[in-house]
Amino acid sequence: MSAELIQDQTIGNIGNDYSQYGFQDKEDYIFKSGRGLTKEIVTKISEMKNEPEWMLKYRLRALDIFLKKPMPRWGNCNLLDSIDFENIFYFVRSSEKSAKNWDDVPEGIKQTFDRLGIPEAERKFLAGVTAQYESEVVYHSIREDLLAQGVIFLDMDSGLREHEDIIRKHFGTVIPAADNKFSALNSAVWSGGSFVWVPEGVKIEIPLQAYFRINAENMGQFERTLIIAEPGSFVHYIEGCTAPTYSTDSLHSAVVELIALPGSHIRYTTIQNWSKNVYNLVTKRAVAHADSKVEWVDGNLGSKLTMKYPSIHLVGPRAHGEVLSIAFAGEDQHQDAGAKMVHAAPDTTSLIISKSISKNGGRTSYRGLVKVYPNATGSKSSVKCDALLMDEKSRSDTYPTMEIDEKDVTIEHEATVSKVGEEQLFYLMSRGLTQDEATAMIINGFFEPFTKELPLEYAVELNRLIQLEMSGSVG
Amino acid sequence: MTAKQPLLSVQNLHVKVEDKEILKGVDLNIYAGEVHAIMGRNGSGKSTLSYTLIGHPRYVVTEGKILFKGVDIVEMTPDQRARNGMALAFQYPVAIPGVSVSNFLRASVKAIRGKDVPVKEFRQELKAQMKKLGVADEFLGRYINDGFSGGEKKRIEILQLALLKPALAVLDETDSGLDIDALKIVSEGINNLSNPETAILLITHYQRILNYVEPQFVHVFQDGRIVKSGGGELSKELEARGYDWVLQELTSSAVS
Repeated sequence: MSAELIQDQTIGNIGNDYSQYGFQDKEDYIFKSGRGLTKEIVTKISEMKNEPEWMLKYRLRALDIFLKKPMPRWGNCNLLDSIDFENIFYFVRSSEKSAKNWDDVPEGIKQTFDRLGIPEAERKFLAGVTAQYESEVVYHSIREDLLAQGVIFLDMDSGLREHEDIIRKHFGTVIPAADNKFSALNSAVWSGGSFVWVPEGVKIEIPLQAYFRINAENMGQFERTLIIAEPGSFVHYIEGCTAPTYSTDSLHSAVVELIALPGSHIRYTTIQNWSKNVYNLVTKRAVAHADSKVEWVDGNLGSKLTMKYPSIHLVGPRAHGEVLSIAFAGEDQHQDAGAKMVHAAPDTTSLIISKSISKNGGRTSYRGLVKVYPNATGSKSSVKCDALLMDEKSRSDTYPTMEIDEKDVTIEHEATVSKVGEEQLFYLMSRGLTQDEATAMIINGFFEPFTKELPLEYAVELNRLIQLEMSGSVG
Repeated sequence: MTAKQPLLSVQNLHVKVEDKEILKGVDLNIYAGEVHAIMGRNGSGKSTLSYTLIGHPRYVVTEGKILFKGVDIVEMTPDQRARNGMALAFQYPVAIPGVSVSNFLRASVKAIRGKDVPVKEFRQELKAQMKKLGVADEFLGRYINDGFSGGEKKRIEILQLALLKPALAVLDETDSGLDIDALKIVSEGINNLSNPETAILLITHYQRILNYVEPQFVHVFQDGRIVKSGGGELSKELEARGYDWVLQELTSSAVS
């Protein structure tokens, strides 16, 4: 694709992620905000996207909130405090990513692609140097199917242009800008993400993946996703992938809102494997109405610091919520992850299963909340956290919070911390597996309750990735 | 390797576990085609010998040699020994939650044979062995040893050996916890491992398995060493007269 063509697209279609096209003679024709975050920059972002007035106001109000809100005093304060907000370009992925080409991608990441056997086209996509998987034809027919069922599946910027009424009604209703400092930041400067609307009674058979979208902005710095499942519908959305995602951006702060209307079912699967320079501070929350079901399947492998607690507000009777998460923390990594379940209606049920592994001084934390409001009678919640430590210098902590304001409930909590057993290793090694292979097998087994919920190709990749991590060959 | 070289030659083997000496000078030669039984009381060091042979890291060789196929394997890791053709059927195999029997078997067969076996071929081989050992199909999807009964664990151990076809199979108390029907099936499995190129070392407390797996050589273990060796008839004598008889004989011979 020639530079001229890209330039035209960039100007005419600013909302799309021109950054991923990976051209190299940059900066002449791309908007680039200054460092730091100001009202002018937020206004400029909104203007360039041709957004309606209300969205601009929303952004500006969010900016105010962001600037006023103090940094959280929990999680990993040292790392949080080391984020230099003044030194971040808030609308600059264009120049930053366009500066990237295959040669700039770190050798460690390239080797991992090699070992995982990721096809060439996908590697470049994952490394952020190309726009999309070159499997356009396959995905085209999937898009046609979705269209025929009335499903809307767009990037958020296009969604706002084409379905303003729906977005205006729901945007920010699940996660208000004022929810936390990072949701405020995202609300001020968001770009990209997915917008999904599933009509009543429609059950989408195949998982929706971000790269099915045309002009997808898959891995934005401040992506914003909104999924609405109308009554009786079903959707499984998958974001991310098991292969390492290289990013030069140091801060990723997404907001994901799910709305499960009565009797619907949303499953949201994430595999996060950001490169290890990234702060991944994400707010994810779902509202589950009567008889609906919401599942967060959340895997955290990469990043320097992840703070993420997928939440489900069970607001209708018999709503069911599940969070199934795994975290892997290696050297210099801290995975502070967990889940929140809010029972606000009778007979609501929830299940949290959290599994974490720390290795080489890595740190994992489970941080969770189960809250039951008065009158949420007959509610049930079960929390199970298992942590596996690979060595003496690694660390795992559990911070469970229970706020139970109703007597007629059943709450279970179970937490274990264990070490990889010498006898297990010996047993597997006595069958010919090397120590690395044996360790990987034990860990794959430990994560199995998670991997069995993934589509097969993801599960296979994840297992291979863990094997690579265990052999110490992943950079 | 000449025909005269033992497959396994244990020479003056001393082993410590957490600073306590358990094996105090074991000598044992096993040639291809042979079946040996080591009998002895609980706590005599029999299981220590089996763990030491396969290389458990907590069992430290302080003196002596273990030559397998003519090479000293004392410094080898358990997986190297396994790939060299040694296998142990554990007395108490551990559970590994989340790892299915079929995935595990395939991984270990691949490791031992040094190459991947095509899925279809592997399945056929596996099914045939399972049928012989009376292992139900559903075991393939279950997690290794997780919630298995004692007898089920023993069958799966023998199933593994049947697939791995080790040159030397060491069986540690494989008969314990088996009812008579299971004992017959498992014994048949053990007999199937035996051929002129392979050897079997059976470690047992009781004589009854030796009615089904007949050893040419029986060794009596006591206080960390072999105190008496004989032919197959020795096991029957032990059964009839008890271990005390051997000890008394030892004491009297020491006196005389």
